[in-house]
Amino acid sequence: MATTTPDIQRSRRAKSASRPGDRIFSGLSRGSGITLLVIMAAIAGFLTYRAILAISKDSTNFFTTFEWNPAGNPPVFGIAVLAFGTIVSSIIAMLIAVPVAIGIALFISHYAPRKLAKPLAYVVDLLAAVPSIIYGLWGAIFLVPYLDGLNQWLDEYLGWTYLFDKANEGPARSLFTVGILLAIMILPIITNVTREVFLQAPKMHEEAALALGATRWEVIRMSVLPFGRSGIISASMLGLGRALGETMAVAVVLSPSFLISGHLLDPGGGTFAQNIAAKFNEANEYGRDALIASGLVLFVITLLVNGAARWIIGRRKEYSGAAA
Amino acid sequence: MSHAIQERPVSVAPRRGPLSHARLPRWTPAAVAVFSIAAGIGIGLAAGWHSKVQWGMLAALLFVLTTYAVTTKVEGSRQAKDRVATSLVWVCFVLAVVPLLSLAWVTISKGMAVLDVYFLTHSMNGVLDTEAGGGVYHALLGTIEQVGIATLIAAPIGLLTAVYLVEYGGGKLAQAVTFFVDVMTGIPSIVAGLFILATWNLMLGFGPSGFAGAMALAILMMPVVVRSTEEMLKLVPNELREASLALGIPKWRTILKVVLPTAIGGITTGVMLAVARITGETAPVLLLVFGTKLINPNPFEGAQSSLPLYVYEQYAVGTDASVARAWAAALVLIAFVMILNLVARGIARWKAPKTGR
Repeated sequence: MATTTPDIQRSRRAKSASRPGDRIFSGLSRGSGITLLVIMAAIAGFLTYRAILAISKDSTNFFTTFEWNPAGNPPVFGIAVLAFGTIVSSIIAMLIAVPVAIGIALFISHYAPRKLAKPLAYVVDLLAAVPSIIYGLWGAIFLVPYLDGLNQWLDEYLGWTYLFDKANEGPARSLFTVGILLAIMILPIITNVTREVFLQAPKMHEEAALALGATRWEVIRMSVLPFGRSGIISASMLGLGRALGETMAVAVVLSPSFLISGHLLDPGGGTFAQNIAAKFNEANEYGRDALIASGLVLFVITLLVNGAARWIIGRRKEYSGAAA
Repeated sequence: MSHAIQERPVSVAPRRGPLSHARLPRWTPAAVAVFSIAAGIGIGLAAGWHSKVQWGMLAALLFVLTTYAVTTKVEGSRQAKDRVATSLVWVCFVLAVVPLLSLAWVTISKGMAVLDVYFLTHSMNGVLDTEAGGGVYHALLGTIEQVGIATLIAAPIGLLTAVYLVEYGGGKLAQAVTFFVDVMTGIPSIVAGLFILATWNLMLGFGPSGFAGAMALAILMMPVVVRSTEEMLKLVPNELREASLALGIPKWRTILKVVLPTAIGGITTGVMLAVARITGETAPVLLLVFGTKLINPNPFEGAQSSLPLYVYEQYAVGTDASVARAWAAALVLIAFVMILNLVARGIARWKAPKTGR
């Protein structure tokens, strides 16, 4: 017995470092954590390196040029159109998806009959599991023709808004259609996160409101939505991150062009990810570097959006932890 | 908050005593729904709109407006707002379900037309774009190999990282890892593809191969595995760890023999869901694996194919026969992913920790 006591003391002092098995295992697990950080750093580093190679040979301003011709002499390429298309299609997607997702989340958390709620949450998860290429295929073959009528109607009655003026005839392979498709694709993630937050809303507040005679909507407006506001914001930003980086669905549905047009219903435009997928096969090595440069911009944007979303979630966690 | 609640009821003028508001019968929402759907179809037909999207939107609008009008008349404005909120929430729900059903229906009906045993067991070798026939075997093989390699890379790293975060973490490093795992979850798949392209292909000079694609898929898979494993490890009750440590068992054996086995069901589920997610990724495969018509069983040498890439290629060709093949491959892909999902959730339910709830 006397001999074991120093052992324990030593092992407590040196924590897990005393036994070789412990040392190896903790080293391995710490190493994997570090590997992840290294990968993230490497992604940023290598993309930046190749991007600098490309941009230094670009004969025009990378950020304001409306053309993509890195194979030309001199090479000319810029991301203005891509940035515009990416942002516009994502904004359309957010405008549609966020309200609907909040509705579905409320439906699952507060409105649906108890027995229905679980299967419904499951169905939403399945929506998230559908591969994006299948959304693209469905969008291109099924959704595009179905939206023709709606587009005509919008053009006829809302054409005066300029945005919905369809100046260019042709199938609905437009940023507007892409926005709708992206909205469907990011619905599940926004729904899931907001639903979690709504379920955490303090039951006491809800019951107190009910006891005072509030209707169900008043309960939600006064106790659930204020509590979930930051959750809704961060969920939307996670969805935005997805929408910004979506590749295949956009590549399949959009008929790309290097023009900026405020007419949302006109076919044309492009996004970062779509442009990479579309231009990759014909690009030479320098062209690939140019695509990597545009990918770097996309990477930085999604990094900022996701980082902000996580930061908001993290802040809320502390806040609600203190309150509970 | 309490102010708002107190002010609200004042605006209601009780007409027949405080407790006896006129109430609409329970079947009202259903009746209004039937009426507005009928009206939506009727007006759509009358106006000659081709697109069913418009019919549906009109019906939804009518549903909300009629609900509001009827309830305001009978129950008063507060109840009307409540009813409108309820109907809006229902409309949102239907809006989400319609695309899912449509997508499932279209994929199954179009996919079944081509899908048969021949399709699953043959490649596209020597099949012209315009003629029917050919199959998806080479793509299926490629997908399984690439996803398998990606899992072999990502699962151990992800698992160990989660172990680090839960069992050893707590310092600055753990915080940084947690944050960047979250951020990594949001990396667009095409960026992961570009990273491997920049290093493996452009810098080190390797050609396209299944392995290059697998590395990009592994990058996408890691954060998902870390996240789900972390959640599961946190669910393991501390008493188990303490009991094991109190018996003098080293920490690493405690983790391997007590903590991980307890959480193994949830961990397996998480890994399978991550596999399901990367199976459908097209963009990195497009950049790194390149696609071929032939069967290439060697993932380390030469171009391969994969299911999502096959769908994209066949759609891009654009002939009737190739689009039909694209739908059939889409059906195979979706079935593959859904089966993984269902099995994963089955395991989760079957192996759920007994202590939970």
